[in-house]
Amino acid sequence: MATTATGTTPFTYDHGHEHVDDRSFIRKYIFSTDHKIIGIQFLIMSLTFLLLGGMLAMVMRWQLGFPGKPLPGGTLLPDTYTSGGVVLPEFYNSAVTMHGTFMVFFAIMPLLVGVFGNYLIPLKIGAPDMAFPRINMASFWTAVPAGLLMLAGFFVEGGSAAAGWTSYAPLSARSDLTGVHLGQIFWCVSLIVLGLSSIMGSFNYITTVINLRAPGMNWFRLPLSIWALFVTACLVLLAIPVLSGAAILLLFDQTIGTHFFDPQAGGQPLLWQHLFWFFGHPEVYILILPGMGMVSDIIANGARKPVFGYTSMVLAIIAIGFLGWGVWGHHMFQSGMNPTLGTTFMISTLLIAVPSAIKTFNWLGTIWKGQITFHVPMLHALAFVSMFVIGGLSGVFMAASPFDIYIHDTYFIVAHLHYVLFGGSLFAIFAAVTYWYPKMFGRMMNPTVGKVHFWLTLVFYNCTFFPMHQLGLHGHMRRIYDPTQYAFLKDLQPVNTFISISAFLLFATQFIFAANFIMSWFKGEKAPNNPWLDNGLEWTLPSPPPHGNFATVPTVYRGPYEYSSPHSDQDYIPQNVPTPGGGYGAPHTQPAGD
Amino acid sequence: MGNFLSWMLPPGASTFVGDIDWIYYLILVVTGVAFFAVEIALVVFLVKYRKRPGGKATYVHGSTRAEIIWTSVTAVVVVVIGLLSAPAWDKIKGREGVPPNAMPIGIAAKQFEWNITYPGADGKLGTTDDFTVRGQLHVPVDKPTVATLTSVDAIHSFFVPSFRIKQDAVPGMHIRVWFQPTKVGEYELGCAELCGLGHYRMRAIVTVHTQEDYDRWVAQQAHAVAQR
Repeated sequence: MATTATGTTPFTYDHGHEHVDDRSFIRKYIFSTDHKIIGIQFLIMSLTFLLLGGMLAMVMRWQLGFPGKPLPGGTLLPDTYTSGGVVLPEFYNSAVTMHGTFMVFFAIMPLLVGVFGNYLIPLKIGAPDMAFPRINMASFWTAVPAGLLMLAGFFVEGGSAAAGWTSYAPLSARSDLTGVHLGQIFWCVSLIVLGLSSIMGSFNYITTVINLRAPGMNWFRLPLSIWALFVTACLVLLAIPVLSGAAILLLFDQTIGTHFFDPQAGGQPLLWQHLFWFFGHPEVYILILPGMGMVSDIIANGARKPVFGYTSMVLAIIAIGFLGWGVWGHHMFQSGMNPTLGTTFMISTLLIAVPSAIKTFNWLGTIWKGQITFHVPMLHALAFVSMFVIGGLSGVFMAASPFDIYIHDTYFIVAHLHYVLFGGSLFAIFAAVTYWYPKMFGRMMNPTVGKVHFWLTLVFYNCTFFPMHQLGLHGHMRRIYDPTQYAFLKDLQPVNTFISISAFLLFATQFIFAANFIMSWFKGEKAPNNPWLDNGLEWTLPSPPPHGNFATVPTVYRGPYEYSSPHSDQDYIPQNVPTPGGGYGAPHTQPAGD
Repeated sequence: MGNFLSWMLPPGASTFVGDIDWIYYLILVVTGVAFFAVEIALVVFLVKYRKRPGGKATYVHGSTRAEIIWTSVTAVVVVVIGLLSAPAWDKIKGREGVPPNAMPIGIAAKQFEWNITYPGADGKLGTTDDFTVRGQLHVPVDKPTVATLTSVDAIHSFFVPSFRIKQDAVPGMHIRVWFQPTKVGEYELGCAELCGLGHYRMRAIVTVHTQEDYDRWVAQQAHAVAQR
């Protein structure tokens, strides 16, 4: 079992003396190879895109809640976006597309994978840095131009991409159908470049987890956050090249006259959908697995109890990772693909409910008979569980292919995906940011402000997204600029207005978080090494940890969830502390067989 | 508005209502039970096991028995849902599912309109008495209609909420979609797949006639075509 004896790590340490950091400002904070700085760089980049994506959502909600009314400040926008302040369909389609693109590729994915993959993996496994620090730096500095290129779409003739974040061909391939030429090209090139960043990041994570674990950190002592990030990195490495390949084909269709997706010259529009969703469904799990892992860490800490069913949790993560490859067809139930495939994909999709249920029940098992402390990260983690249940259960409706006929491409799917991506991923991100903030910045966030932000977010979030289920059940199509065009949707307008007002309040609430984040950076209370009394290796280090992390390579004696152990006088026992009396904690956390 | 916060499906007007709606209510009950069980357990645990001075959490690592129970129960429930749903899918979307006596029509979607070709008096498509009408779908009640769906530009999606039917119209493909209306009246047909700037107004009226009214309408249209 002992895969990582000290001698096998490529890093040697002579840490009898204090490490002197003599790097220049640029090497330390801009072109840094330190995984912690890169994580924080990703954090700042992706929070910026989260804000931009949120602003675009506000534009959509304005138009849907108050169709035909001038957007506040709308007259300041160019004539190609608004007319007399009223949002034009051009701007609406562009907002639909770029909201999804920003949120999926430049906010949620980098927040989970870029930020926490970078920040947590080396610290939690007891490594000095990533296996390939320079490639790690290159990964961030490849993501930045990709983001800028995507953003640049708004400033070129024809505006940004407008074929939806799924970019279905031939709409996305032919500028005569969208009215957008350069914007669609930028979309493709940006995602191809971003794909390079993701690939560099993911093989770095995989190598690091396999090779750089501290002595004693065997696979079944890894925190679930690291298991989840490891499986996620495998999914990224396998899924992203499929998207890149598809985007390259689409780019060729747009620019050099190929017809991969254009039936008029023998191409096949469904090919795009198969390629996109073959990437896209593993992507869905890329966007939730790291959240599940980090929430498991935080819930065990908040409940002061070991994670219930650790092995099942690991197996469930792996099962989701595998099953995620066999369900892409459920995005295409109504696409015209062979209907026999519909039944196959229905069953495989329904089976994903099994590992999801295992995770949910084990989280409940973890808080059962605990001593629950409601710190801000714990509140967000509990909200994650509660909201993920809704998002998971609403998925069953769409997995049942006959009922999907009715609700496919309606607001029901919009509700579902936001319960998973906002209720799930974003609450997990709030939990993780508030949990590791003290470690990242050496200061505590204000807990009172944090609780106000949490409760307002939870309420306005549900007011925004829950009624979308009802819109969908009444047949309200998604991505339509003006629902009042349809008689059967006219009566739903008050619901749309209610949703829009809730969405504005939800958006406004996020400035409380932003203010807490920024103010605490400068004025927050100094953070102790281990503010949450956690067992993880990162909490044995100063806040923030120095360059190179561990002065001496830590030895790991047990798993990360030994809370309230009878072997300790306190209710926690860090992973690197030898067990008093030489016992080994729980039976299943035997030391590495060395 | 209160009406629209209910979990009931709006009334429908095709035979698919009977095939589909009960699956929805079944899933609603099953997921509803799961939802309340989990959320109530969560809240009860949060209150009951909140931190108390001097309290100590129970040091347990799990229960294999519990894992086996909730894994197998979930697996059985979802597989049963799948097996119960499968026949309706085959009936509605399966290639063998189209009734042989269905009236054929052609639907060509185009940015941003629905062009519907009717077979005329002979009941056959591809003959000289075919005629095409834009934005109006007319069908007889209580009789199956099968549409051959295609698109001339982007992907569109044929969606009649009251009929519980939706099918993408894909350029280069000719996809057969059928339905059997059960109530005379006017309904709406919308586009459910983002297809460009006018996607939101790609709307048509569906009129379900009695057979006599439908025949009269066909005769009228045929007459109008002959005069052109």
